[in-house]
Amino acid sequence: MNTATHYFGKSLFELLSSMRFAISLLSILAVASIVGTVLKQAEPYSNYIIQFGPFWFQVFEKLGLYDVYHAAWFLVILTFLVASTSVCIYRNAPNFAREMKSFREHVSEQSLAAFKHKHEAVTEQPPEMLAASAQRYLEGQGYKVKSLLREDGMLLAAKAGSWNRLGYFLAHSAIVMICIGGLMDGNLVFKAQQVLGYKKIETRDIPQSQVPAISRLSPSNPSFRGSVQIPEGSSADVAFLNVADGYLVQDLPFTVALKQFRIEHYSTGQPKSFESDIELFDRSGKKIREATIAVNHPLIHDNIAIYQASFADGGTRLSLRGWNLFAPTIATFPIEGTVHQNTTLTSAAGNYTLEFTDFRPFNIENMGGEVEASGDTMSVLGGSPVSDKRHLRNVGPSFQYKLRDARGQAREFSNYMLPLELDGRWYLMSGVRESPNESFRYLRMPLDAGGDIDSFMRLRGALLNAELRPEIAARFARQALPQEAWGTEIEDKLKFSATQVLALFAEGGFQSLGVFIEDKVPEAERDKAAGTYLRILELAAFEALQIANRQASLPAPAADDATGWLVRDTLNSMSDMFVYGAPIYLQLMQYDEVKASGLQLTRSPGKNVVYFGSLLLTLGVFFMLYVRERRVWVRIKPGHALLAMSSAKHTIDFEKEFVQHAQALDTLTQQTSTSAK
Amino acid sequence: MELALNQPAPLLKRLSWFDWLFAAIVATGALFALSRFGDYMDIYEKAILLAVIPSLAVFGWFWKPFRPLFLVVGAISLFAFSQYQGNLARMEEAFFLKYLISSQAAIMWMCALFGLATLAYWAGLLARSDFMLKSGSTLTWSAVAMGFIGLMVRWYESYLIGADVGHIPVSNLYEVFVLFCLITAMMYLYYEARYQARQMGAFVLLVISAAVGFILWYTFDRGAHEIQPLVPALKSWWMKLHVPANFVGYGAFSIAAMLGGAYLLASRGILASRLPKLEVLDDVMYKTIAVGFAFFTIATILGAMWAAEAWGGYWSWDPKETWALIVWLNYAAWLHIRLVKGLRGPMLAWWAVVGLFVTTFAFIGVNILLSGLHSYGTL
Ligand code: HEM
Repeated sequence: MNTATHYFGKSLFELLSSMRFAISLLSILAVASIVGTVLKQAEPYSNYIIQFGPFWFQVFEKLGLYDVYHAAWFLVILTFLVASTSVCIYRNAPNFAREMKSFREHVSEQSLAAFKHKHEAVTEQPPEMLAASAQRYLEGQGYKVKSLLREDGMLLAAKAGSWNRLGYFLAHSAIVMICIGGLMDGNLVFKAQQVLGYKKIETRDIPQSQVPAISRLSPSNPSFRGSVQIPEGSSADVAFLNVADGYLVQDLPFTVALKQFRIEHYSTGQPKSFESDIELFDRSGKKIREATIAVNHPLIHDNIAIYQASFADGGTRLSLRGWNLFAPTIATFPIEGTVHQNTTLTSAAGNYTLEFTDFRPFNIENMGGEVEASGDTMSVLGGSPVSDKRHLRNVGPSFQYKLRDARGQAREFSNYMLPLELDGRWYLMSGVRESPNESFRYLRMPLDAGGDIDSFMRLRGALLNAELRPEIAARFARQALPQEAWGTEIEDKLKFSATQVLALFAEGGFQSLGVFIEDKVPEAERDKAAGTYLRILELAAFEALQIANRQASLPAPAADDATGWLVRDTLNSMSDMFVYGAPIYLQLMQYDEVKASGLQLTRSPGKNVVYFGSLLLTLGVFFMLYVRERRVWVRIKPGHALLAMSSAKHTIDFEKEFVQHAQALDTLTQQTSTSAK
Repeated sequence: MELALNQPAPLLKRLSWFDWLFAAIVATGALFALSRFGDYMDIYEKAILLAVIPSLAVFGWFWKPFRPLFLVVGAISLFAFSQYQGNLARMEEAFFLKYLISSQAAIMWMCALFGLATLAYWAGLLARSDFMLKSGSTLTWSAVAMGFIGLMVRWYESYLIGADVGHIPVSNLYEVFVLFCLITAMMYLYYEARYQARQMGAFVLLVISAAVGFILWYTFDRGAHEIQPLVPALKSWWMKLHVPANFVGYGAFSIAAMLGGAYLLASRGILASRLPKLEVLDDVMYKTIAVGFAFFTIATILGAMWAAEAWGGYWSWDPKETWALIVWLNYAAWLHIRLVKGLRGPMLAWWAVVGLFVTTFAFIGVNILLSGLHSYGTL
């Protein structure tokens, strides 16, 4: 029994310290590390369920694939590496240390003779003299030499590059050190507490203050890495740690307040810097520190490092004007909103929840077409490295919101505050999409000469107003027909057509007209009919604008190109309204921006251990790879000299050096003999 | 015979007047830059600039041909700067800039010269022609000079675009590919001279040509050569150390892989009589992997220290980071295999060749296929 354990222990020791095992471990660790780069780590669990389905989701969860680098099996591999390296050092240390000191002067003559690298020379010199000159030579070559008297002559034992061995210690103990440092910064303590039931991951979406103590970590927690978002003018005394499918709340030993968050931009619109002015207060509310942090410039306080990590909207207040898109009037209603908050909206079309999701003060858009290749030298060379940024433009603020109906269905909208120029005309844009992975489709509302959408809205109201239709139709018919035809049957027919076209359009835009034509008109005549209807619609719409202006006590619209475009754009935009998906349009009138800064807070006591280990690793690797360990022996007897050389690593440099020493020996033996004569 | 006995003189006595002149020029240049632009540098950047003086001087003493290269690149770059007269538009007007030494022109020349060098090396290898092999070396040297001029001028151009846009050209995939070509070629030229084995060039230049191919595709298809301002995460002096150190690693591993390929061919008798002896290939392979490993170790540590400052943790298991670890482990394994009797030879050569795929994936594969915190280049 005892011998069996002893035997087992010994073979484990053998295995762990074997080079082949080390090579396997390095390779296995490399392969294992790939897993976490292929599968995105630490995503919300719902994403994985969608990706893999419920069955595989569970299998992968059991395997720890969503957080590979903290999974038990991965840590086991690392543990083996540390164990193997430690055992390896333990095994080699005594030998190597001895070797570093030793000159191996006890080497026997037979073994020298058995060396692969040996060289013999005859000499007439007395051994002492040759030994002295050889020693001088070797010392000049950077060797440490020990000269020994032997019964029938001399032995020189020389060594160089002992630091190679030192390098071995440094590099390999550095590996152990770095792993330990990493472990100190890992979440082992929490894992243990979790297994023992002292701590639990919070998965509910509840206010921070309501998170129970079992999911909170104390300010004295030796290591953590969490993040928190603070709006300007607010403060936080906790950080959130994302773990598995939930989070933990880390109580901080101080309070961080954000005074201001700033973004600077390059002239091209790309972000140039992110900075936060922060203040730290202790628990009693006394200010302890004030600093500006930026990317690459963290603040370290109380061993906690505070980093600029991200930014977001911190609850910008929005003043909006709501338009009822399908009302025959142009009455508007005011709405106040705050980003990240919800409002309910009661409208004729039902009740909605308005969820304000974001506000962006800048939007840099590419407004240009393709640049043509000019075919000159520059294009042969791939073009100028100075990029052409003429097409990039800041198109101003925009805000995003979701409109959720009573059934819980939501569409997402993105409205610009300022008009955009497209094809030479100006529009106010509102984007809509059904799901986050679609891109926005835009409703373009034309501006009038005053730079507002009022004319568009007025005309839209008039076109939707059934009561106005007879008057519009009448005016249209009079305009369209020569005076002789007034009052005739033709006029009645035309009035009827116009009323019909207007009614169809008000019901569903061009789409309804299209359906009607398809139903009623034989195929051969459809194109012609469509052209006629369109013409009627445009002319009738122009009349509608006249009426609308008159009712609003405004001067009649000019019969010019601009009005023509206004009418056409209004018709297009109205037609799009039917697929816009919301009965209201929210126009941004004013905003009061509040930014939020995303901070990361870390405490990592293992960092210095890791850095120190890294320093040792670097030194060790250089010593091992660039200090060549080698030994030379010169055994001198009267009339005969033998040079032998050895090294742990046989490289071409070693061979060259051996040849050099051998030649040197020849020279020395001859030289001394000639000078002795 | 006498020579063998001479003790090596102390380093300082071995230096020639040219060595000293070189050091003096390097120091003058750096100090001039410091006095002129010191106001725009932070303390770390000043320290790096000062550390560059002894590093370059010693490097020049250690590897003599570096001195003329440095002087030529320096002189032509200064000439190019003067041609700009502070005006970017001169790029398309001034003759020298337009056809030779604006950054883009110089880099395209570099591409062409590397292509020619590859052909020359292969011709020399196949026809056993010393002349062609020598031409290969000369072309490679010229390509290196052009490439460095291109990067220097690009650096200058970036400041002409805007004082806040200017930055050292090691910040995006285009720039680091040029850097990769240059570092790989320089390391190769060093070993070529040291081992008197120009035949290796045929293989090493293949990997450089592949990189050149990528640069050309990236330029013409993606317009990636445009100078972009730095995103905030990259605005750090760490970048100046981390990126070049990494590329010494990548370059060295690529050379080792190509020589591994040559080793495998030669050990099967293919081109065996034309290539250097197997021991030579093996030895250069070891030397390059040693350099690569040492620098990659440093680069990874520097990367970790930078990450600690920029992302709030020295190790986040970000895909790029993790792949750097994988590369590093791979070559640690390689170095250990070499120490095991019975595993050397073709096994090591295969391992080095496979290493190139691992390295390439870490270098560009990660940027194309995986997403993460590293922001210097997505395709
Ligand atoms: C991440 C882990 C490791 C790294 C980075 C590493 C690195 C190195 C390096 C760079 C060398 C020098 C190789 C050369 O001179 O060509 C070396 C040698 C060596 N390593 Fe490791 N090693 C690691 C793990 C291990 C382990 C686990 C063992 C034990 C089984 C081990 C045992 C050795 C031995 C015995 C030598 C030879 C020393 C000599 O004779 O000079 N190494 N190591």
